[in-house]
Amino acid sequence: MTPFRYARATEAGEAVRLAAEAGARYLGGGTNLVDLMRETIERPAALIDVTGLAATIKETEAGGLRIGAAARNTALAEHRAVRSRYPALARAILAGASAQIRNMATVGGNILQRTRCTYFYDDAGARCNKRNPGEGCDAIDGFNRSHAILGASPACVATHPSDMCVALAAFDAVVHLAGPAGARQMPLTELHRLPGGHPEIETALRPGELITAIELPPLPIAARSTYRKVRDRASYAFALVSVAAALDVRDGRVADVRLALGGVAHKPWRARRAEEALRGGPATAAAFRVAAEAELAPAAPLRDNGFKIELATRTIAAVLGELAGEAA
Amino acid sequence: MSILENAKQTVQGAAQAAMKKAIALAPDSWLPGGQPDPLIRQQHGLIGAPVSRLDGPLKVRGQAPFAAEFPLDGMVYAAIAFSAVAKGRIAALDLAAAEAAPGVVLVMTHANTPRLQPMPLFLTAEKAAGGDDLPVMQDDRIHWNGQPIAVVLAETQEQADHASSLIRATYEAEPATIAFAEAKAQGTEPGQFMGQPLKLEKGDAEAALAASPVSVDATYVTPRHNHNPIEPHAATLAWDGDRLLLHDASQAVAHTAWSLAQVFGIEEKQVRVTSPFVGGGFGSKTLWQHQVLGAAAAKLAGRPVRIALSREGMHRMIGGRTLTEQRVAIGAQPDGRFEAIIHTGTVAMTRHNALPEPFILPTRSAYAAGSLKLDVEVAYMDMLANTFMRAPGEAVGTFALECAIDELAAKLGMDPVELRIRNEPERDPVEGTPFSARHIVEAWRAGAERFGWSRRNPTPGAVRDGEWLVGLGCATATYPYYRMPGGAARLTLTRDGRVRVEIAAHEMGMGTATAQSQVVAERLGLPLEAVSFAYGDSSLPGVVLAGGSQQTAAIGAAVAAAHRVLVAELLQLAGNDSPLAGLKPEEVGGLDGGLAGLEEPARRESYASILARAGREAVVAEASAPPPLETQHWSMHSHGAMFCEARVNRITGEPRISRFLGSMDCGRILNAKTAASQFRGGIIMGLGLALMEETQFDERKGRIMNPSLAEYHVPVHMDVPEIDVIWTDIPDPHAPMGARGVGEIGITGTGAAVANAIFNATGRRVRDLPITLDKLL
Repeated sequence: MTPFRYARATEAGEAVRLAAEAGARYLGGGTNLVDLMRETIERPAALIDVTGLAATIKETEAGGLRIGAAARNTALAEHRAVRSRYPALARAILAGASAQIRNMATVGGNILQRTRCTYFYDDAGARCNKRNPGEGCDAIDGFNRSHAILGASPACVATHPSDMCVALAAFDAVVHLAGPAGARQMPLTELHRLPGGHPEIETALRPGELITAIELPPLPIAARSTYRKVRDRASYAFALVSVAAALDVRDGRVADVRLALGGVAHKPWRARRAEEALRGGPATAAAFRVAAEAELAPAAPLRDNGFKIELATRTIAAVLGELAGEAA
Repeated sequence: MSILENAKQTVQGAAQAAMKKAIALAPDSWLPGGQPDPLIRQQHGLIGAPVSRLDGPLKVRGQAPFAAEFPLDGMVYAAIAFSAVAKGRIAALDLAAAEAAPGVVLVMTHANTPRLQPMPLFLTAEKAAGGDDLPVMQDDRIHWNGQPIAVVLAETQEQADHASSLIRATYEAEPATIAFAEAKAQGTEPGQFMGQPLKLEKGDAEAALAASPVSVDATYVTPRHNHNPIEPHAATLAWDGDRLLLHDASQAVAHTAWSLAQVFGIEEKQVRVTSPFVGGGFGSKTLWQHQVLGAAAAKLAGRPVRIALSREGMHRMIGGRTLTEQRVAIGAQPDGRFEAIIHTGTVAMTRHNALPEPFILPTRSAYAAGSLKLDVEVAYMDMLANTFMRAPGEAVGTFALECAIDELAAKLGMDPVELRIRNEPERDPVEGTPFSARHIVEAWRAGAERFGWSRRNPTPGAVRDGEWLVGLGCATATYPYYRMPGGAARLTLTRDGRVRVEIAAHEMGMGTATAQSQVVAERLGLPLEAVSFAYGDSSLPGVVLAGGSQQTAAIGAAVAAAHRVLVAELLQLAGNDSPLAGLKPEEVGGLDGGLAGLEEPARRESYASILARAGREAVVAEASAPPPLETQHWSMHSHGAMFCEARVNRITGEPRISRFLGSMDCGRILNAKTAASQFRGGIIMGLGLALMEETQFDERKGRIMNPSLAEYHVPVHMDVPEIDVIWTDIPDPHAPMGARGVGEIGITGTGAAVANAIFNATGRRVRDLPITLDKLL
């Protein structure tokens, strides 16, 4: 770990001011950033601890939820309104990491966690365009069983590891930001970028911007939602494929649907093609499969991860089938 | 290993073969184990009792000192930088930033490392403990990707780690053999293991296979595995002049002391290695370069050093299990009798280590077959030296063999349990020696009954539970009884009726100190509290490796020998005024805090009384165990019948294990609680071997890409079902205490039981480990 300065902020304005110096990073629970610092992948000059900022989870006037970015993952997963009105979010969080890590990790930090690509982690022995833009990617022709099948580029095939974000993406969550130029907000689905030619730029955040809150819109359909994570062991493993979905079936037809995938792309993947294919159509196993195939149609397999295409297709269909069964 | 070493091994091998024959033919009574250990007769008492670990409270309170926890005055902390190429030379090392970093005491590289001899390679001498025999930071040569290239000493671990990250190396890389296919194409050589070629032919197996009415012939592949004990490798060490004290995480303290003495060119007695507690060894906690580097850097700095490897460091410089590619072919009659077993294949290893993963070992004694062909070929690669890992050979060898038997059973339409029983041998199929005790059939019957095997549907894919396909599978577990030479122990019996046992043995978490205390208490007729067991220190008697599941027998035989000396001395002290007068040492045993006639227990005198009368405070007895000739006179093996219930998700292919039973035949069980934990631990490791463990070795650079527990998967709690363990508890009349080792057998057979259960669940035969969901979609 490289030596760094440490400061603790008590409110967002102060945090943004403290973070103005070059090389400063915001510190949440540290469950990912501190690991990366130990591995010398991250070498921040200063850490601005924002765990003392707003961590409350409260109802919005519109009937949604506003979640302080410093809320711990465990607190969010256990929140009564989350469990009853956005169950896929609670399940997604509980499917991730371990209880100890969830107790530490903040919601803001979870959103900004970085890929677990093993070539990204190996600064001594591997090339990575995220670490050293332009040097090349050793994952494309290496061990890439856990890598992206959608939206990847010749520069980067890494995936975003979060479970929580998959549910947030499905539920149209909005991210509130504070920054040197003031406050703004954006949909979570626009916060993470696809790698393109610049995989080192992972989000649409501007320099010094801080996530202060996440807002979930009122979304009645989310009350009938679930999250399914497929992985190599029963716990404590990243998703090979995960699916967050909400489904509203009326008279045998899909009145509305929300669908997002994890483990398949550089960002939590909102499955809009599938949603479009499903909306208004029959709520049948065949239709679910067709919609899933539509979403995966542009998928591009690498050496080791081709199985994810069929796995994602099957898992989407199974999750929708389960929700349809529940609805019936 | 050099050609010379190979030749030496061959000569040793020939001499050994002649000796072996003589031992096989000798009368029983001439041999260790020829007279059953008198303890075997004692059926009630401490032996077998489920005594909780005596060190449990210490560990729970955090008061058990591990290697990286010894504080030494003036100690500095080490960090290691590793090479990023597989072969070549270091062109330049830029140390300026590292040397200028805060807290740095020194940076050691090949330019300033003291002159050292290579580590004596494990198995090449009685006390050799080295994982490789390469020069340790003596020149600019790189031999594997991950080799240490520099050691930083600093005032804190954080400072050392930071400075180490500032070292910049440039290399002149050379072409390296880092792809297995390329290594094989360059030609393979026959493997040698402990002086014996891993090659054997009995009859014409290929012809018998071709002539067999029913046969299977398939290739099985197992990947590299890295060692991941919970405690990373570490040493805290200090020089006092030319004397070295090393607190190590070790399963071989005496071996390590001797080997370090060779490395530094000093006398064996100038090195003391302690290792009171070890957080798991599994074959990895021997001598690797970090202890040598730590001691060299301490010499250079003139200060004590703590060198504790990171998890990545373990993957870079502590060898693991190598990959194997195995062919198993079995030819059989329609009634299931085996006419031929062929078990051949290739493993990868380096020129600088001693273990060609001997996957044929289980096949040597498992089944009766008209003909046998066994062969391990070695392909040499430029990589980290591979080494021993829990049941080296058997763990992966039983995967291939026992899957093939399952495939044959399916082809024959026979129950796989019955097929195995049908091929039960009368004598050792290769050596022709009698079995010391072999009760695998009882284990099969008891296990099948308890597991509900008769309810298995033999048709694959026929049992469903919602989304899940459910299947049952089984396999034979097997591991040899070993006892290595060098065991010795000292007993000190004091007038207050207490005994202290001293032996340079090891407690790696198995419960050794507890189980052996029970044995000693029983042997001497003392309560458990009266026994103290000193171990984990090279200054104690004996050369005892905690490996090969042999430590229990090695300690048992050494203590029994010391006990005979003690009894003789006590009888002499007791003299003619004692009720024991006239009894010979072999006619008395320990009873109720004293000696008593075995046939006439009423003739008894307490230890306190004997010592008081003789005016002695204590009696000290030390002795060496006899050479382990019993292993050549009898065929001595443990067995187990492994049963698995696997579930495979029809949608996602996820394999999960829902039930497991091990029905073990390991002789007498000394402690029901710690033994059950050993079996379960082995089985859990076997579940990992079956379903998830895999070192990602990138063949483009020869580099391990998953050097962390996040990416190198081992089973977590949710992957482990309730594991039922039962045992025959039939004493082996020719083993000390009637007990054979229990540490490794659990991992054998387990991989095949899982694979066979998955086949029964799905109809899919996966022959390459690990069985991940993508292979089942």
